Amino acid sequence: MTDPRSLSPLDLETCEKPYLDSNELIINMGPQHPATHGVLRVILKLDGEKVLGTECVIGYLHRGVEKIAENRTYTMFNPYVDRMDYVAAVSNGLGYCQAVEKLLNVEAPPRANYIRVILTELNRIASHQLWLGTHALDIGAMTPLFYTFRDREEILKIFEKYCGARLTTHAFRIGGCQYETYAGFEKDVKNFLAFFPPKIVEYEALLTGNRIWLERTKKVGVISAADAIALGVTGPVLRASGVKWDIRKAQPYANYADFDFEIPTGENGDTFDRYMVRMVEMRQSLRIIEQAVNGIPEGPIMAKVPKVIKPAVGEIYHSIEAPKGELGYFIVSDGSTQPYRLRVRPPSFVNLQALDIMVRGMLVADVVAVIGTLDIVLGEVDR
Amino acid sequence: MLTSFMSYLGSQFSPGVAGNQLWALIYILIIFAGVSVAVIAMNWLERKALAHFQVRLGPMRVGPHGLLQPIADALKLLLKEDIIPAEADQVVFWVAPLIGLLAAFTVYTVVPFGPSQAVSDMNIGILFMLGVSSLGVLGIVTAGWASNSHYPLIGALRSSAQMVSYEVAMGLAVVSAILMTSLNESGTGTLSMIGIVQAQQQQGIWFIFKFFPLGLIAFVIFAIAMVAETNRAPFDLAEAESELTAGFHTEYSGLRWSLFMLAEYAAMIAVSSIAVTLWLGGWMHPFPNLLSAPAWEFIFSLFPALTFGGLAAIAFLGAARMPGHSFFKIQRAGLAVFAALLGVLALLLLVVAIAGRHADTSIAARFREGIDYVYWFVLKVAVFMYLFIWYRATWPRYRFDQLMKVGWKVMLPISLGVLIVTAIVGVLVK
Amino acid sequence: MTPEMTPVATPFFFYLLSGLAIIGGVLVITRRNAVHSALALIVTLLAVSGLYLMLYAPFVAGVQIIVYAGGIMVLFLFVIMLVNIERTVKERQFNRIWPAGVLAAAALLGLFVSVYVKGKTLLSDPVTGKPLWPDPTISLPDSSNTQQIGVMLYGNYMFAFEIASLLLLVAILGAVIMAKKRI
Repeated sequence: MTDPRSLSPLDLETCEKPYLDSNELIINMGPQHPATHGVLRVILKLDGEKVLGTECVIGYLHRGVEKIAENRTYTMFNPYVDRMDYVAAVSNGLGYCQAVEKLLNVEAPPRANYIRVILTELNRIASHQLWLGTHALDIGAMTPLFYTFRDREEILKIFEKYCGARLTTHAFRIGGCQYETYAGFEKDVKNFLAFFPPKIVEYEALLTGNRIWLERTKKVGVISAADAIALGVTGPVLRASGVKWDIRKAQPYANYADFDFEIPTGENGDTFDRYMVRMVEMRQSLRIIEQAVNGIPEGPIMAKVPKVIKPAVGEIYHSIEAPKGELGYFIVSDGSTQPYRLRVRPPSFVNLQALDIMVRGMLVADVVAVIGTLDIVLGEVDR
Repeated sequence: MLTSFMSYLGSQFSPGVAGNQLWALIYILIIFAGVSVAVIAMNWLERKALAHFQVRLGPMRVGPHGLLQPIADALKLLLKEDIIPAEADQVVFWVAPLIGLLAAFTVYTVVPFGPSQAVSDMNIGILFMLGVSSLGVLGIVTAGWASNSHYPLIGALRSSAQMVSYEVAMGLAVVSAILMTSLNESGTGTLSMIGIVQAQQQQGIWFIFKFFPLGLIAFVIFAIAMVAETNRAPFDLAEAESELTAGFHTEYSGLRWSLFMLAEYAAMIAVSSIAVTLWLGGWMHPFPNLLSAPAWEFIFSLFPALTFGGLAAIAFLGAARMPGHSFFKIQRAGLAVFAALLGVLALLLLVVAIAGRHADTSIAARFREGIDYVYWFVLKVAVFMYLFIWYRATWPRYRFDQLMKVGWKVMLPISLGVLIVTAIVGVLVK
Repeated sequence: MTPEMTPVATPFFFYLLSGLAIIGGVLVITRRNAVHSALALIVTLLAVSGLYLMLYAPFVAGVQIIVYAGGIMVLFLFVIMLVNIERTVKERQFNRIWPAGVLAAAALLGLFVSVYVKGKTLLSDPVTGKPLWPDPTISLPDSSNTQQIGVMLYGNYMFAFEIASLLLLVAILGAVIMAKKRI
């Protein structure tokens, strides 16, 4: 095992020298590049096609979200979190609302929790669909992208009907949900439950058994469980390395404890395992949604929350299992209406650290495969 | 002039063999125009077919169902600023697309659209085709180098290594087909493209079915290698857009870029025609050994008219199904005119097929024959073109080392084995 | 049977191809940029292959294109492209022993001229007594050229052919062993 702490990912000097004293090639991948999922810039040091080392340059999408939080009230800041991981805006909102609720010592009512779980899990599926499409496109399969986008539309339609927005939903409020479900919400969700499983089969028919796909993903971007833990990697990337760590089970939030679902894990920690973990996760999300939509109780959707949110002095860390990994909010309150300090622990940012040790010794083509499999969103990396 | 023009019509030889320069020139012009039109059609078809694979509509705005889109594209590319990077090697940058284009178009001199429907019939036809089409890689390599940029350079390196290694398997597969041509009384084979098809005609079997499954394996090897040879998905490593942005043509724009595309598509058609010639019986219609009675000949000669009639019907249907809104008036009219043109063409072909139904030496009969030959040849090539699109829609891209592994460790041993077994079986059969 | 081949504008093409070959050859040794040299070499090789065609040796011409222009030169370019052009351009083009090279070239030229002159007039085949220089009007049957080469290579010169291929195999193995870190 390589101790990741011995490799400094930001130091290209630590990588091995090219073979036969040939010239090393330094390539600048991004920030404008089709496969870096936004504005990631990766400086690659190559020996021919072999990657000797990488250096990630981030910050092209930095908006200072954490600083903005210090100048907004708790309520006003809520929509900003949607702009971090914009493909999983619902999860971001859930994490933030729950963190503030924890700070206020407020519990969302059960019906609100059910609505939250349904929407969050739908969002997990949407996020995984986007990951699958772009990941397959990076590896050269064009068609899955269009299939996943076609089916993601069904989820976005539900979001749009529920809260009026498709991408940056701002679906939840501190203390619960602002909107009661629309008439026919449950029917829409149940329709989706029937609609989606055959579509997963369709994606898998294109990819899972495909020889080229297997060759491109198996033993590519391997990260061991120890390395992954040492680097703080979370989410499907960690689980694919064989670590059964899912905050929904480990530290249940909302009412995840009520639902019966499994946590898929991989064995080898390679790109194929990460692919399979996410594919199974989509199915497990469907299970959760099914249980939630069948057991959704009547009742209020908003807890008693003061009009002006003014938490007591103190600090809180709350994390949830976002589609990409552990999304944590650390909030320090000085007793005013605005957070004294708000720190986000974004899964994409932390997972991106693993890029260097995952691609060393691999080929250029694997770099794009690994960037795809890490499932980063630059809005969240740069914040 | 006129006599020299007319005298050739009754000839049994390609103009190159007959030494008829006038007709050779006419054929060259026809083929040049035909290939260019085929490339334009292929451009439209690829975008359309790919779109339908991917639950999209593809081009719909320029002309009815985007039929004029390739023309719009071509105009755009012609008018676009032609950028030569300041640090590029000016001369090589300028020459590179031309090398590819020349190589792609030169091979058409020996493509046998029919027993006399070829510019020339060289006795080393297949060698010439393989050789000249392998020169196309020089255009890619020099383009990548001359751009003086890292992505094109990597693309060029990938492409040169890829082509050199796949050419070996390709060549061995071709040799096993050529061995089959020598299974006649005299025991001498031929390298001439027309000769290869005639050998299949004499033996009454397409080489893909010869010594089953030997011919089939060799054909499959060639069919894979030709995709790699033309840098198409899943072997499009030289221009892998998700890895190398655009690979060797990253720095190219406008007309020069379009020359690369033209060369790529022309090369695709060229290698497909090699496959058709060697294994799929070239200009012969299906089942030449069983269905060779005059009645069958007549039925098969109706196919060109039926095809164009079918296309016309599809176009008419499309025009009829257009929304009734006045916005679509012009488009509907355009599509109807297009359908009418196709219909007229179908009628003409029908007239020729009926007028020339007797196998004699009249002009009509020769015309009918020629149309049949070209039709079947082009149809078979078109199937390959569709396969190229299908591959692209279905498969992910190979990685460089896997591509090499497949080429050297799988395809090469198999093709060598097929060659040896074919030789042994050939000797035993005799 | 195909009709008699009638060569068209033969002298024109001969001079065109020879001229191209010579110009290409000169460019190969005078260009400072190695890639330009390689491209010029390709022009030369193609022109020479055209000359082979004119000599009714179509198989050799085809092989020349496939092996040299399409295969070896691509590998050449592959290697040259990786070389640092900036450095090679600055290096001196000729070293100090160029007079010896000129001398050798002049000697070779003298040899060619003497063979041409003598072969045309004096020398004759010791067995048949025919002049060694072939009759320019003779037209060789071109259809069986490939077959004849095959019979020669795999019949009369089988041993030499196999030895050559073994030699190449040894060279390939040597290259692999030298280049590979671990076998």
